[in-house]
Amino acid sequence: MKGFILKEFLHIFRDLRTMLILFGMPVAQVLLFGYAITNEINNAQIAILDHSKDPVTQEITYKLLSSGYFQLNDQLSDASEIEQAFKKGKIKQVVVFEPNFAQKMTKDPPAVIQLITDASDPNTANLLSNYTQAITGDYLRQTSGSKRNLPVINIETTMQYNPELRGVFMFVPGTITILLMLISAMMTSISIAREKELGTMEVLLVSPLKPLHIIVGKVIPYVILSFINALIILILAATVFGMPFQGSLVLLLLQSALFIVMALSMGIFISTVSNNQQTAMLLSMFVLMLPTILLSGFIFPIENMPLPLQILSNIMPSKWFIIIIKSIMLKGLGIAYIWKETLILIGMTIFFIGMSVKKFKIRLD
Amino acid sequence: MMKQSVSEPVIKVRNLVKKFGDFVANDHLSFDVQKGEIFGFLGANGAGKTTAIKILCGLQKPTSGEIQVAGYDVYTQAELIKKNIGYMSQRFSMYEDLSVRENFQFYGGIYGLSGSEIKERTKEMLEDLQMTHISNKILREIPLGWKQKLAFSVAMVHHPKIVFLDEPTGGVDPITRRQFWEMIYTAADKGVTVFVTTHYMDEAEYCGRVSIMVDGRIEALDSPEALKKHYNSTTMNDVFIKLARSSGNTN
Repeated sequence: MKGFILKEFLHIFRDLRTMLILFGMPVAQVLLFGYAITNEINNAQIAILDHSKDPVTQEITYKLLSSGYFQLNDQLSDASEIEQAFKKGKIKQVVVFEPNFAQKMTKDPPAVIQLITDASDPNTANLLSNYTQAITGDYLRQTSGSKRNLPVINIETTMQYNPELRGVFMFVPGTITILLMLISAMMTSISIAREKELGTMEVLLVSPLKPLHIIVGKVIPYVILSFINALIILILAATVFGMPFQGSLVLLLLQSALFIVMALSMGIFISTVSNNQQTAMLLSMFVLMLPTILLSGFIFPIENMPLPLQILSNIMPSKWFIIIIKSIMLKGLGIAYIWKETLILIGMTIFFIGMSVKKFKIRLD
Repeated sequence: MMKQSVSEPVIKVRNLVKKFGDFVANDHLSFDVQKGEIFGFLGANGAGKTTAIKILCGLQKPTSGEIQVAGYDVYTQAELIKKNIGYMSQRFSMYEDLSVRENFQFYGGIYGLSGSEIKERTKEMLEDLQMTHISNKILREIPLGWKQKLAFSVAMVHHPKIVFLDEPTGGVDPITRRQFWEMIYTAADKGVTVFVTTHYMDEAEYCGRVSIMVDGRIEALDSPEALKKHYNSTTMNDVFIKLARSSGNTN
């Protein structure tokens, strides 16, 4: 019995990959969870539209910006600029001070601050508006002091894109991404690795089938399945959850197709570096799935993560795809606004296909 | 493109060299194989057999040398070679989770046979093997010896000129092995050239001619009788040991 246990230890130690997972994963997870999962917000990008520009509004602005929660991205001069500012996708909230703010506050309360928050991430939106309210309330307490007529500031919040703060709006894009990643990348890589493992790959290579045909043949069933799955989710999201479809359906489907191809190219690449199914599965899991869930902005907003993780999240194709989906579905944006993300996905696809072809050629020589 | 004529060897190898970096896996191999021959390709593990077979099958490109298989050049006409050869690897060529019939369908399709041709061939081959009753069985449920025979048939489904067998009879009893060799004889009688590697020295006796590779070179190439005479041995086993001893390794 003791000998048996010893043998099992030997197996594990000699299998480097298993070692990495046993020791590497807990460490990596603790780090990731510690840093990435934070419900606090730091340096959220906001814009300010100050119709009044008096000492009071300036004081409140100063307090907001020095709180550490907010960072000024843009100073707007007109209400018509608000829509555009959100579309650009950088800011999370617009703070609007009405004209003659200071006067209204003391002589003819309430003075109104309008908060327009990007609620495609409802949790963040809630937090941001709460912070703003808290800071404003703080200012009021400081200034009112012993005055008899308490100045009042009212805050009106508008949750843009997601008025009811429905969590599902964040949930659906992320789920589609994970699902496509799972089926297209992981299943493809496992399937190709299986042929290698069983030895049937050699027989295929000896046959008149060109390597390209083999890969395409393996990949097509998964493409079709992924697409059908994506469609089902979209239909469910629209009908059962009432998720809006502001933008073009065609564009959404095209982008999904692009993402599927990209995930496939990653799956193929993983299979070229795996000799058996187990390796392919583990690689897919830890290089694709987990980072996608943790770092793509699916559950934990990227803006809240420390800078190194934010930079890391840029190489996650899922991050860009989630932005694309949200832009199209919730904000109704067209290709003009998401061309950058689209190009990134295209670039990644070409990169992985290129690497896979190179690896394949080396094998044959 | 050379046309195959009766006297022209079906495999022609001149000075085949294959290097992996500095390591020479195949060192100036030269030999011919005639149509309908049963050619045994022997050698210790690591002697370079598998590399040579892969090159003949078009799976790898040689470093240098002239090689023609089924009349086609290995450098420029690999696709045509693939259409005219069959291959049975030691790790099996068939899919365990498909049925016998489905396996035939798949491989027939890859080699360009039409639907009706596949049906014909499948029926014919299963009848020859007396396995018609298991045509719908999943491969996993079939005994090893039967699977090997089926794999051989599948490798022949498209009437190839040459069939390459890479240690085809591993793991089965001598009687089953003997039956398998009867299939090989039948195929050779019909004009199919059989290129077989094996570790079983008694199987070497069944071949028309045998070549023995040692350290990347062909150290002996002749019929089993001639080899036994030359090396003063009664069995191919002894011939092999005598030759292997002369090399660096004693695998």
